Amino acid sequence: MEPEPARGGSATIGKAVKIAGQIYSREDLYVDGDVEGTIELMDHKLTIGPNGKVHAGVKAREVVALGVIQGNVEASERIEIRKDAKLVGDIKTARIVIEDGAYFKGSIDIVKAEPKTAPSQPRPQASPVAAPAAASAASAADAKR
Amino acid sequence: MSERLKGFLRGFRPAAESGPPAPRGNAPPLFSRLERGEVWETRPSRGLDQFFGSFRDQTGLSILDLGGAHQENVNFITSLGHKFYSEDFLRIFHETFGEDAADQSNPGRIDYFLRRSLEYPDEHFDGVLAWDALEYMEPALLAATADRLFRILKPKGYLLAIFHSAERKQTTPCYSFRIQDLRTLQAIRQGERAASQQLFNNRSLEKLFHKFESVKFFLSRDSLREVIARR
Repeated sequence: MEPEPARGGSATIGKAVKIAGQIYSREDLYVDGDVEGTIELMDHKLTIGPNGKVHAGVKAREVVALGVIQGNVEASERIEIRKDAKLVGDIKTARIVIEDGAYFKGSIDIVKAEPKTAPSQPRPQASPVAAPAAASAASAADAKR
Repeated sequence: MSERLKGFLRGFRPAAESGPPAPRGNAPPLFSRLERGEVWETRPSRGLDQFFGSFRDQTGLSILDLGGAHQENVNFITSLGHKFYSEDFLRIFHETFGEDAADQSNPGRIDYFLRRSLEYPDEHFDGVLAWDALEYMEPALLAATADRLFRILKPKGYLLAIFHSAERKQTTPCYSFRIQDLRTLQAIRQGERAASQQLFNNRSLEKLFHKFESVKFFLSRDSLREVIARR
């Protein structure tokens, strides 16, 4: 069987699909159908399409609503509520964009995004002379293995 | 105009389409610009100044905006470090009562409306921005709404409301209000709505907010009356 063509790292729930339960995703998700339960995409973007109806708690890096969301939303970076969207629930996010004509009922709590911790790197050596020595010691250890 | 907006404005009489009224003397025109069928003006607001002045140096407060969620208001309130709550009060009002003024004295309908629009725990908010949402209500509904607003405000909490005129009129212009800064509001005219039988002068407003500890009035141009009530 031919593999499904790549969709730019995004999964889709089509408008004829209804899902009840928990959704965890490690890629962006586009929901144009009905979802009831919870949606978690911790480091990814969730888009609720114009036909999408989500009765769920939502956690994502970024949320774009064009359809209906009923439930609390946590968007660590930003949320956009487009003009024909309807959102009933409480929002926690770092940034919010609400277009005129959008319906929103609930609360908005702006929480500053936590700075991402850089991957731990070895401390620079105090003496520039020590660095090659340490490097050569490591190479020697590798060579012995 | 989108179908959504048309639906919302159903029951609202259309605004005069003839553009800005002629300037009166040297006074600036009432409406300064026409854009996408909307008329807007920017005006100073002493009521707004008082409202946010009373929360000076405080953060983390709960502020309810009954005018729906507008980017400007969300930005302004959250930038002060407060939590923003939104209710599209007039939309719910219209969905519940339509143009049936008689229904506004039906206790069951009043209760249903308040459950849809102001179902919050007692003493929940530090401030409520009611804008002109109370102006279109008939007396029974208005009294019940004022009572509910009193209950959901914390002691020493503030309510800002706006009333357009103390004269009896057939219709009243309907606005959405956007905060520009601490002392400036942008009012976007969205049509006209049948006016309430209630007359809004200082005396009737004092009576309406009689439970509140204090009521202050600011009369600005065009007979716009801003009211700050402190619980």
